[in-house]
Amino acid sequence: MEKLINEFSIGLFFWQLVLFIGLVLLLRKFAWKPILDAVEKREDGIKDALDAAENAKLEMQNLQADNEKLLKEARAEREEMLKEAREMKNKMIEDAKTEASESAAKLVAQAQASIESEKKAAIADLKSQVANLSVEIAEKVVRTELSNKDKQLQLVETMLAEKSLK
Amino acid sequence: MITTFSFAKEEKHEGEGDIKTEIKEYINHHLLDSHDFSLTSYTNGAGEHKYIGFPLPVILWDNGLKIFSSSKFHHGESVAEVNGEYYTLFHNKVYKTDAAGTINLDDDHHPTNIKPIDFSITKNVFTIFLVGLLMFVMFSRMAKKYKTGSIPRGMGRFLEPIILYIRDDIAVPNIGEKKYKRYMPYLLTVFFFIWIINLLGLTPLGVNVTNNIAVTLALALITYFLTTFTANKNYWGHIFWMPGVPTPMKIILAPIELLGTIIKPFSLMIRLYANITAGHIVLMSIIGLMFIFKNWIGSSLSFGLAFALSLLELLVAALQAYIFTMLSALYFGSAVEEHHEDH
Repeated sequence: MEKLINEFSIGLFFWQLVLFIGLVLLLRKFAWKPILDAVEKREDGIKDALDAAENAKLEMQNLQADNEKLLKEARAEREEMLKEAREMKNKMIEDAKTEASESAAKLVAQAQASIESEKKAAIADLKSQVANLSVEIAEKVVRTELSNKDKQLQLVETMLAEKSLK
Repeated sequence: MITTFSFAKEEKHEGEGDIKTEIKEYINHHLLDSHDFSLTSYTNGAGEHKYIGFPLPVILWDNGLKIFSSSKFHHGESVAEVNGEYYTLFHNKVYKTDAAGTINLDDDHHPTNIKPIDFSITKNVFTIFLVGLLMFVMFSRMAKKYKTGSIPRGMGRFLEPIILYIRDDIAVPNIGEKKYKRYMPYLLTVFFFIWIINLLGLTPLGVNVTNNIAVTLALALITYFLTTFTANKNYWGHIFWMPGVPTPMKIILAPIELLGTIIKPFSLMIRLYANITAGHIVLMSIIGLMFIFKNWIGSSLSFGLAFALSLLELLVAALQAYIFTMLSALYFGSAVEEHHEDH
């Protein structure tokens, strides 16, 4: 300890203090501050770039997801449209079918009605012809068989029986 | 340590005991500061002792400023006369003396002559200045390169990882993310300063700055003042009125804690000084062994040992710089620590 005190040099202490503090101040201004600032700036730059890359990646993913979604939607829409078209087609066919059957039924009904009226007309015609025929027959019978009373009656009988057969 | 006045004159050249004494003296001499920058010395054919180096200015405060060249001392061999006052060197220290250069010794072999206050640009001051200049040139050049591009070039490639290491592994974990920036200039400067100056001490230039207690005291004192003057309320609270302990304990703890604030930088000072001094003494002793053995087995063994030890000292040079920086950061961290309840 005594040796230490003996060796202690105030001059050296003074110069070390002055020179070192001067060095710290000088280096702070001309070296450490610019160096540390530059390094920090660079680190921030790297961090920003990394963040930006990460963001871009996320965005890309989002975009892809959007695309996927759009594609899906488009596909669904197409499907829908196809389905609708199919349905429409079916409906149209159905409609056409019903319309056709309706008109056919109508036609049939009309035909039936006309047939009925024809039939009626024919029957009426037939009736009048039968009546005429009966009158003619009756005339003939009357002309030929009026002498024979029994035969007359018999003839009428037969004719009537024939008539009811109709 | 204390031998005779003429220890630098080396009048003895015969006998093994003399070589040992000479080595011991040489080591002591090497560890001391000096007033001139001598790289080596030799004795020429005429028996004259020649020094290779250059003198440095001597600045004394002795009833006024006295500035003269250290060449006037002739390496402690003669008395320097300045404006009617006489000065001489004794164990590399300047003493006031008379025209004949008389040194009066007391019983403990300490000179009783008046010691003027010595502000000389000694070898160590000169080295400190050179290292400062080197660091300034080195780092300001490095800083300039960042202006043209953010990627380090040249020396910056080597220095930037160290700067980042000090920031990310010393300053930020110890001081905290918010406040570390204030201390970065000091931490960086002290790290590189100690490291470079320790490394210079290992070169054959023979400069040893960090084995001067004055240098380490100055550094430790800066750490102490920085800690003390930037400390927050919480730090002082923990020293004078330790929270969470009973009142009598608080009274006992206060002086202990207060002492602790001084012991911390004191340990910084002693650690750096002792490590570097011990390293130099051991290394030089082993180198000295080579001349004592004087045979090829012993000398080469000593050489191998000295070589291995030099490598170790290279590590120690960086390690001590790291430890000083680390502990400084730790103290700064405790000074600015925010209050928390969990203790």
